[in-house]
Amino acid sequence: MIFLSRIRALVRKEFQTLLSTKSGKMLLIMPVILQTALFPFAATLEVKNASLAVFNEDHGRPAVEMMQRFAASGAFTRIIPVWSSAEVEEAIGTREALLAVHIPADFSRKITAGETSPVQVILDGRRSNSAQIAFSYLQSVLDGYHKDRAATAGRAVPSEIVARNWFVPNLEYTHFILPSLVAIITTIGSLIVTALSVAREREQGTFEQLLVSPLSPEMIMVGKAVPAVAVGFFQATLILLAAVFIYDVPFRGSLALLYGGMFFYALALCGVGLFISSISKTQQQAFLGAFVFMVPAILLSGYTAPVENMPPWLQDLTWINPVRHFVEVVKGVFLKDAALGRVLTLVWPLVVISAVNLSLAALMFRRKAA
Amino acid sequence: MAASGKCDLARTAPNSGGGARWLSWRRLRALCWKETLQIFRDPSSILIAFFMPLLMLFIFGYGINLDFSRLRIGLRMEDAGAEAAAFAAALTGSPWLEVHSYDSRAAMERALVDSQIRGFVVIAGDFSRKLQQAGATAPVQVVADGSEPNIAQFVRSTVSGVWQNWQVQRAGDRGGKMQREISLEPRVWFNPSAESRNFIIPGSITVIMTVIGALLTSLVVAREWERGTMEALLASPVTRTELLLSKILPYYGLGMISLMLCVAVAHWVLRVPFRGTAGALWVVGSLFLLSVLGIGLAISTGMRNQFNAAQAALNAAFLPAVMLSGFIYEISSMPPFLRGVTHIIPARYFVTSMQTLFQAGTIWKLLLPDILMLCGTAAVFIGLTAKLTKRRME
Repeated sequence: MIFLSRIRALVRKEFQTLLSTKSGKMLLIMPVILQTALFPFAATLEVKNASLAVFNEDHGRPAVEMMQRFAASGAFTRIIPVWSSAEVEEAIGTREALLAVHIPADFSRKITAGETSPVQVILDGRRSNSAQIAFSYLQSVLDGYHKDRAATAGRAVPSEIVARNWFVPNLEYTHFILPSLVAIITTIGSLIVTALSVAREREQGTFEQLLVSPLSPEMIMVGKAVPAVAVGFFQATLILLAAVFIYDVPFRGSLALLYGGMFFYALALCGVGLFISSISKTQQQAFLGAFVFMVPAILLSGYTAPVENMPPWLQDLTWINPVRHFVEVVKGVFLKDAALGRVLTLVWPLVVISAVNLSLAALMFRRKAA
Repeated sequence: MAASGKCDLARTAPNSGGGARWLSWRRLRALCWKETLQIFRDPSSILIAFFMPLLMLFIFGYGINLDFSRLRIGLRMEDAGAEAAAFAAALTGSPWLEVHSYDSRAAMERALVDSQIRGFVVIAGDFSRKLQQAGATAPVQVVADGSEPNIAQFVRSTVSGVWQNWQVQRAGDRGGKMQREISLEPRVWFNPSAESRNFIIPGSITVIMTVIGALLTSLVVAREWERGTMEALLASPVTRTELLLSKILPYYGLGMISLMLCVAVAHWVLRVPFRGTAGALWVVGSLFLLSVLGIGLAISTGMRNQFNAAQAALNAAFLPAVMLSGFIYEISSMPPFLRGVTHIIPARYFVTSMQTLFQAGTIWKLLLPDILMLCGTAAVFIGLTAKLTKRRME
């Protein structure tokens, strides 16, 4: 009982330091609001409003029809007509156009003659991912044009592709980003809270006072962990609410599974944060330490680029990255209604990560206390 | 020893140098020296200035890859006919796909939910029959994992590419002519193999420079305010210009060393071609560094508290450099409001310059507007710091 009341007192003290100042409170809420408002619009690999340079040397009907379809496709908001190869070079070189299409003078003649008519498309390699996606838009517009021409000519198509997307039928990027944001913003919040809390006490000299109090190092750790877990849950809930009620992302899975996973994730983060804290002397070191952990962890979580594109050894290495597992948990439960079995396979690495880090941190604190 | 000697110099300088002077080189030199020692004494600033750039280059070089080398997809054959087998063989033969066959549709769907596969193809029971039948169209069902929009796009376009080739092949085998009337022939300029790392690595240098320029500086200077050493400095005859320059110059040097390190590693280790000139790199690099230093100094002077300064630098400099600079996420795809916001973010201009310098060469027509804008942001943020410092001094 004494144990519990001591911890309760410590937790209350931690919350007070965290929330005592106005700027402290602001910093727990403002970044969440700002990031939830901006990221879904900014962090998109979709290609919209791209510009297409067109160098058309042919004025036959097929050429005009094809260009009209490209212009009407919606992916390109700007069509830049150019009249020479030099202008094509300039439009691409100065990044004015993402793609350039060159229709040769014999384009329509070849089609009428029953030959294949080549159209050169130039892609800006400095933005090769967007350019490739924009190119696939052009390709699908052209496929539609082919199909319509075949239909008017009375030719039957022997086979066709019927494509569908599951979970997010129209591939809206916000549906992908918001669940990932739940994981990422929570990471920043709770990691910095734990990493800096001990370092601040050490810098101000109050950590020694804590150590000579009747509290054991483990109790101090619990006292530091509880507010951080609470901050994580609070921030995650904010984003979750925004995702469902503001961005209309349908929540398909079980809340219990999501929060269960979140608990172990927050614990893993506390482990990392306390470990960083235990080896730092100043707030600056703790902050930079947290930063050096956080940036690779977030970048290699599968949020920026899929884990499966990494070299195999790096894929294996991401196993120790808690963010990677939790991003999968949130996306799975949120969008795909993942079952308990799937969540458990993702949560057990988190249990291992938190156990290792918490023990390491406890070891460091014991050594300091001794 | 050297440190204490120089500190004495700083203390005696005002007496010998005439206090009212606007700028005393001796004082400035002493202040810069003090700042440099401070950088090198703290292991965490070394960590940020030299270890972090290498770590980030390595992550962006190997970890952030937008090119799908092998997509895992499922295949369910409900038709045992020869035509279906031929199409399945075309899928399995594609170097871009890793095809897993499933005996039951339910198992395949579960694999999609569990992210073991990124999409699947179903060949229906009447596929071969419908292909033979005149006037009938045999559908190939493709389902992609929409929870990963970028991957879903590639699943669709890869499978339909395989399907198109298979159709041409099939028509050819039957002696018929099934050719496309129009064929689009892509040619990727500057980056012929269309590798994403070739544009991500030059862009990522922006993020690295932001970390050094804004984050590190904001912490270090905020600590001086927090500990009261800044007040002590202000009480001495050191002028505002000297103070500002003493904070800018050492970090500028540190940042330029890091920039050179990054470009060297990107070029010689990660093998990203560099086609620009050193002069152009130096100009845009310096201007960008001055801009982010300005942001870092303005934040720390305004906040005067390490914790708040760090958070503010993270939100005002680091995150915009990642999210709004266009180095991964295309600016033109953002809504108009955000596109407007990106114009005041120095990282935006540095990203286009770096990507161009690395891959396309020194295209002045593109670089000059960027340089102009960077001059503007550098002037604005350093000016803001000067103003904030003045207010603090009064």
